[in-house]
Amino acid sequence: MRIELEKRANPSTLFSILSPFLALALTVVAGGIMFALIGKSPVAALYSFFIEPLLDIWSLHEIAIKAAPLILIGAGLSVCYRSNNWNIGAEGQFIAGAIAGAIVPVVFHDWHSSLVLPLMLIFGMIGGALYAAIPAFLKAHMNTNEILTSLMLVYIAQLFLDWLVRGPWRSPDAYNFPVTRDFVPEAILPELISSGRANLGFAFAIIAAVGLWIMMRYTLKGFEITVLGQSERAGRFAGFSSKRMIWFSMLLSGALAGLAGISEVSGTIGKLQPIISPGYGFTAIIVAFLGRLNPLGIIAAGLFLALTYVGGEAVQLTLSVSDKVTRVFQGLLLFFVLSCDTLIQYKIRLVFSRFGQTTEGSAH
Amino acid sequence: MGIIEAILLTVITAATPLVLASLGELVTERSGVLNLGVEGMMVMGAVLAFAATQATGSPYIGILAGIACGALFSLLFGFLTLTLVANQVATGLALTILGLGVSGQIGEPYVGMSGIKLQPIVIPLLADIPFLGPLLFKQDLIFYLSIALVIGVNWFLFKSRAGLKLRAIGDSHGSAHALGIHVIRTRYLAVMFGGACAGLAGAQLSLVYTPQWVENMSAGRGWIALALVVFASWRPWRLLAGGYLFGAVSISQLHAQAFGIGIPSQFLSALPYAATVIVLVLISHNRRTTLINTPASLGKPFVPDR
Repeated sequence: MRIELEKRANPSTLFSILSPFLALALTVVAGGIMFALIGKSPVAALYSFFIEPLLDIWSLHEIAIKAAPLILIGAGLSVCYRSNNWNIGAEGQFIAGAIAGAIVPVVFHDWHSSLVLPLMLIFGMIGGALYAAIPAFLKAHMNTNEILTSLMLVYIAQLFLDWLVRGPWRSPDAYNFPVTRDFVPEAILPELISSGRANLGFAFAIIAAVGLWIMMRYTLKGFEITVLGQSERAGRFAGFSSKRMIWFSMLLSGALAGLAGISEVSGTIGKLQPIISPGYGFTAIIVAFLGRLNPLGIIAAGLFLALTYVGGEAVQLTLSVSDKVTRVFQGLLLFFVLSCDTLIQYKIRLVFSRFGQTTEGSAH
Repeated sequence: MGIIEAILLTVITAATPLVLASLGELVTERSGVLNLGVEGMMVMGAVLAFAATQATGSPYIGILAGIACGALFSLLFGFLTLTLVANQVATGLALTILGLGVSGQIGEPYVGMSGIKLQPIVIPLLADIPFLGPLLFKQDLIFYLSIALVIGVNWFLFKSRAGLKLRAIGDSHGSAHALGIHVIRTRYLAVMFGGACAGLAGAQLSLVYTPQWVENMSAGRGWIALALVVFASWRPWRLLAGGYLFGAVSISQLHAQAFGIGIPSQFLSALPYAATVIVLVLISHNRRTTLINTPASLGKPFVPDR
């Protein structure tokens, strides 16, 4: 038996809506099997992974906190990926944004002013954008593969942050712990509503995603992104410059990742420390694809992946399952999303060549 | 043994996994497939090799487990990108993310456990050559394999008929298909070879380089291996040279840290990554030579017409 693909005349609308849900269902099934393999009741595990966090206010706030960076970064990445620029170093841009934004509350720690927070956010965006400018410059003007350069820069950013908080920026009153001073109250991102910890970062994420959705759908820039992504040649004939697009998409996604970084540090952690992200920059890649590179889809996808973080912590507590399951879930999910997306462009046939008969798969 | 020999030995140990992983990826890319999952396959090979060695007490079983695991794990990538024509960049990333997650979970009971080191095989007579003998002929099996594979792959790609077909597929899958060459089947084999090599490279990490299991122990080497393929312009001998160059860079920072020169350790640790970026720029900035060297179908999906 083998599998053959037949190109559809037009992309299937049905499957472009259905495919993320199909992928989710398959991930849940695979996750259940995985829990069974490690000797836990799949039903109980899946319940505390996916359902329980939705039932109380505290964990809903946690989901919003974790969804904010995922949506911010994922929305920026969707613009990159749609224009065929493979920025996979958002984790580094997140850290660069956090560092740049933290200059204000760490270096000028006596400054109490309502200007502190806006300055931090602007610095954060600039920091992220500048860090993304490195692979952008190298791709646009030195012909260097952005996948590898942007990824290498992640390691460099992590090491630089590590040096900062253990060296020049270490707090004098932290008993040699590798942390900076606690940010002053004026440098803390306010909470969104009084019922819990979720902060303004979530609002930024929604605004950015909706803004990008409008840009992609209603503006010439959005059209330019799509055209250049699908065919650089066609874009050139329309007078679009792929070099400018490299700069635009990389700086945009870098700025959003930087904003996510400073929002996380300011709103959730309150200081700098060696590790400030549980891999948001990489998980956001999954978010971008699960959201079908559509900013509105990315809001939903970001919320779902935030749920996998919170659910992962929950099963760790209730069933003493390792928190590594979260990463396994996330990896599986991306696999299923990518395979289900095949159904949008192709019909899948199962061919039993020995009998020369063709059985059409369930996928039409 | 002099200090220079000691340093060169550490360079060899650091270079071997890079050479192996990038050699596998070189064959995969020569067939026109870009697999960004090297890091994931490598870390899976490392954990499985460690687990199998612990279970059986034999690092040779561990090596086999690492190879088999890398090859099987790469099949997942093959199925998605070759059969379901999913995007190769995204699928490779998925393989890396999944590999880091799954290996973390498999490896959890092994954290902190002391491993069994793969012992060197002394080649009689040759090992007695002054200076070179202890460096090249008192090594472990994986080192010998890495050199043999470089020679073998070079012969295969440029001297054998099957290698010619593989390169033809990488340069123009449409024409190769029209000539009756099995594009998909060859690519599956090339992807699995890449996976097996990455798995072997992972086994080297957990059996030779640091005989223990540490989460994410590949530490970006899979990505450096990808850069090495570009650096080597898809040629095995240049890849061997590049692998040793990078091995030297990554080990020199450890020696520099040990000597306690006045540079913060984090900056020294960043050196291999910064060197990768710089080397990539130097190699790729000439658009025309890059274009000539790169397999023309690299990363492009192929659906056979009927």
